Amino acid sequence: MSASLFLSLATAAVVGAAAGYVGSLMVLRRMALVGDALSHVALPGLAIGLLVGFSPTLGAFAFVLTAALLTWSIERSTRLPVDGIVGVLFVFSLAVGVLLTPNPDLLEALFGNLAAVDLLTTVLSAIMAGLVILLLRAIYRSVVLSVISQDLAASAGVPVGRVSLLYFVLVSTTVAVGIQVSGTLLAGALVIVPAVGAKLVGWDLRSFSLLSLVFGTVSAVSGTAASLALSIPPGPMVVLVGVVIFVASWVGMMLRERRKGRLPQPRASPSPVTRDLAHV
Amino acid sequence: MSEAAAEDRGGVGTRTPSPYLSVAHLSVQREGEVILEDVSFEVPKGQVLAVVGPNGGGKTTLLRALLGRVPHQGEVRWAEPVRIGYVPQKLVETDIPLSVEELLAMKCPGDYARCLSSVGLDPSLLPKSIGVLSGGEIQRVLIAWAVVDSPQVMLFDEPTSNTDVGSEEVIFHTLRSVQKELQATMLLVTHDVHSVHHFADEVLVLNRRVIFQGPPRQLLADHRLFREAFQMSPEEEGHLVHGGKNP
Repeated sequence: MSASLFLSLATAAVVGAAAGYVGSLMVLRRMALVGDALSHVALPGLAIGLLVGFSPTLGAFAFVLTAALLTWSIERSTRLPVDGIVGVLFVFSLAVGVLLTPNPDLLEALFGNLAAVDLLTTVLSAIMAGLVILLLRAIYRSVVLSVISQDLAASAGVPVGRVSLLYFVLVSTTVAVGIQVSGTLLAGALVIVPAVGAKLVGWDLRSFSLLSLVFGTVSAVSGTAASLALSIPPGPMVVLVGVVIFVASWVGMMLRERRKGRLPQPRASPSPVTRDLAHV
Repeated sequence: MSEAAAEDRGGVGTRTPSPYLSVAHLSVQREGEVILEDVSFEVPKGQVLAVVGPNGGGKTTLLRALLGRVPHQGEVRWAEPVRIGYVPQKLVETDIPLSVEELLAMKCPGDYARCLSSVGLDPSLLPKSIGVLSGGEIQRVLIAWAVVDSPQVMLFDEPTSNTDVGSEEVIFHTLRSVQKELQATMLLVTHDVHSVHHFADEVLVLNRRVIFQGPPRQLLADHRLFREAFQMSPEEEGHLVHGGKNP
């Protein structure tokens, strides 16, 4: 294995693991599409990095983090829903990013490029992804408790606001490092797809979070390997592998339920989207 | 029943117990609207205080203020640092892969099987996901969650709101036995007249302000106040209290 190939796969593995782990909580918080939108927010940061000549990853991180902090702050002060706030930031950033990004680099920024990854980038990605996993592990239960009921969490001594802020920062970090693998257009998929698949087959919190991490790693590494073999951008291949895992999980869940003699029941409380559609 | 409440009900002795919880001039506003205004009351240690009142009267906000979850003016003072067990009216989200055992473990290490038994649930529920439990089972799991670390204070926000009629009785019996076992001080938000009558040492009627605080028998004797507290028509009150004969 060449050094370049090893660095690409190593970066994909650590980033995929962190994205899968972070994504498990995004799905529980019903913020899956927020992760997707946040990845687009990185585009202006990437563009400025490319134009000025500093690390595009750093630029992306700065923009995603700023967007996350703005979202957290606006949510607390206005009680607007998170998806609405991120929606505004997303379209604004995409518009600015497309205007700023130099044309030759646009495709790479949108769909990722691991071929250009050097040792320093791999080490930095590994450190950031490792920190994300460790910190998230420390607050994982607090976040889950806040999802169930913020008052319940507070009664158990969870500092709900601070935990939420830290979680936003970890999501931003993950998305920023994930952009190398999938590009700004598809980095959200790294966070969403593995976690959704894991939710289908996870039987408790431990199995769900672990499967989400494993699915994230497998889809990122397999997708990257396939993209390098086919000489195409990694983003689409990572997403395709992730979706294959999701479908396999779905089939696995159906078979398991059939063996138990029951089929999944419709949700008792519809999601906001299906609830809105019901009124159309 | 606590000694303090027994004295109050039976008129034995005149000693006033020192308050375990003192709430003084508590006011809460949200987006310019007054939710609670100048609320003051005290609760002695070991007492069960039922909080009743019309919808929108600020009962849930009062509990949230005691948890420090809403910005407020005024003072909430506990006699000592307390461990609080809280049961919300309902969970925001239950469709998550979280087993009952994992939920209880989020509070503290302990004997979860015994904890479930103490609230009348079979320990075989431990590995089950909270998403597959019935409303009554969820409420009792939440009570188990609240008491697993033996709190000194229990705050319950309409613990029977999502349960059927058969489960209400069981849940109130569970609450009573757990409270007695722990000798805990309890604030119970409820709309259930029977639970107030049979279970509470004192009752606080809240409609943004404190309308009444005293023993349940005194509330039951005041028809106007009783109807306001439980949002009942005179016919409903007559049916409930006098078996259909309007007083």
